[in-house]
Amino acid sequence: MTATTNGAPLPKISVCRLVKSFGAKCVLDGLDLDCAEGESLVVIGGSGTGKSVLLKCILGLLRPDAGSIRIDGEETVDLGRAAHERLMLKFGMLFQGGALFDSLCVWENVAFGLIQARGMERQAAKEIALSKLAAVGLGEEVAEFYPAALSGGMQKRVALARAIAAEPQILFFDEPTTGLDPIMAGIINELIGKCVRDLGATAISITHDLASAKRIADRIAMLYQGRIVWHGPPADLDHSGNPVVDQFVNGRPEGPIRMEVRAL
Amino acid sequence: MLSFVATIGAATLVFLAATGRLAIFTGAAVASAARPPRYGRAILRQMLDIGYFSLPVVGLTAIFTGMVLALQSYTGFSRFSAEGAVATVVVLSMTRELGPVIAGLMVAGRVGAAMAAEIGTMRVTDQIDALETLSTDPLRYLVLPRLVAGVVTLPFLVLVADIIGVFGGFLVGTYKLGFNPYTYLRGTSEHLETIDVVSGLIKAAVFGFIVALMGCYHGYHSRGGAQGVGQATTHAVVSASILILVIDYLLTAAFFSR
Repeated sequence: MTATTNGAPLPKISVCRLVKSFGAKCVLDGLDLDCAEGESLVVIGGSGTGKSVLLKCILGLLRPDAGSIRIDGEETVDLGRAAHERLMLKFGMLFQGGALFDSLCVWENVAFGLIQARGMERQAAKEIALSKLAAVGLGEEVAEFYPAALSGGMQKRVALARAIAAEPQILFFDEPTTGLDPIMAGIINELIGKCVRDLGATAISITHDLASAKRIADRIAMLYQGRIVWHGPPADLDHSGNPVVDQFVNGRPEGPIRMEVRAL
Repeated sequence: MLSFVATIGAATLVFLAATGRLAIFTGAAVASAARPPRYGRAILRQMLDIGYFSLPVVGLTAIFTGMVLALQSYTGFSRFSAEGAVATVVVLSMTRELGPVIAGLMVAGRVGAAMAAEIGTMRVTDQIDALETLSTDPLRYLVLPRLVAGVVTLPFLVLVADIIGVFGGFLVGTYKLGFNPYTYLRGTSEHLETIDVVSGLIKAAVFGFIVALMGCYHGYHSRGGAQGVGQATTHAVVSASILILVIDYLLTAAFFSR
């Protein structure tokens, strides 16, 4: 583990005063968040509170308006093309909808990062892809299918296999259980927990599924109005003493959180 | 009055912003060729799609264009007893103008639309973001192979269209208009110069670039689900078609105004 000069461990990911607006709508408003190496952090929050925007900013897919993002102590906002590609080698990302490449078959999807970004031979990459597919409970017979032929739960598992294929140091999960039945959600949660443990990776997941959050988190952070308003271990979630978290956890319509219900 | 001026100003700004975005997109896509890896397989697949699979459509339109050209120029020229010029008019029109323009427009409708729809769907389903997280430059992986394939393939397609079009004119000339086949073929080759064909092929390369660029650009910037992808497809075809006709005029002026 890398350490700063004063001996405290350097956070793997450090987000500082991050601001991101879309037009007049300020989604992230000076957000601060640290994630230690090997930690599994879950960010919870209502729909449209900017959880996905936070991940996309850290990944460099969106450019923040202000603030700093440090990975292993290095500033990553406004990296050049080549430096960004190198940075992405540390990351694995599971997208909400899977985002599998529908022109490629399952094993080519899983092996994509190995072949394209790391220049691995196709045959060697296929072996790894098959082992990763096995790790998420999919057999070889699925490998030649195209993503459109798979069910939602299987697509999620293939996407998970793709995210872990290159054994990244950092894993991001965007709503990993949304749209799945409770049993498949449970399976995905177990897989995520297992993959993160096996790789020893630092993980940030975003979700509004509290059962999922409690199962995969070392620490939970609540995003509200563009900032982290509370964070703590999963055991403290139910008695956080924070009115915002309290309302969210209990799903009460009345409280400090005002749902933005607008006419479309 | 003021609002009228403001409208013009706003429209100008929108136009300039769009032109700037397109220029940056084009520059970045072309510049991505500088760094490895290069996607040879992707280029070949695109060339097959643009070239080989467009042959039936382009061939059909070319043969009928050549046929109607012979018919029209015959009725026109017979009014001042210049029927002998039909073969020359057909071959010059096909190679200089109609071959490249017709092939360009057909490929815009067939391939440009498909590119916009494919890349647009990849955009709205996060596949392009996924490419980035897998350390793959979407411009180099998706856009550049299509641009290269467009530029390389369309001249070949146009060469085929030229030949089929001239053949269409020959069929109508000999079977319907009663030309002696030998006389017709001599009329075809006698006044044809290299520049007539070459200028058409250069146009084709430019049109291939435009079709691929418009398809990729509009797909890449599509927003908002199925509707956005539909819009991107429409924009890709319409803008490519308009640009083809505008640039066709400019290139013709550059080649032949002396």
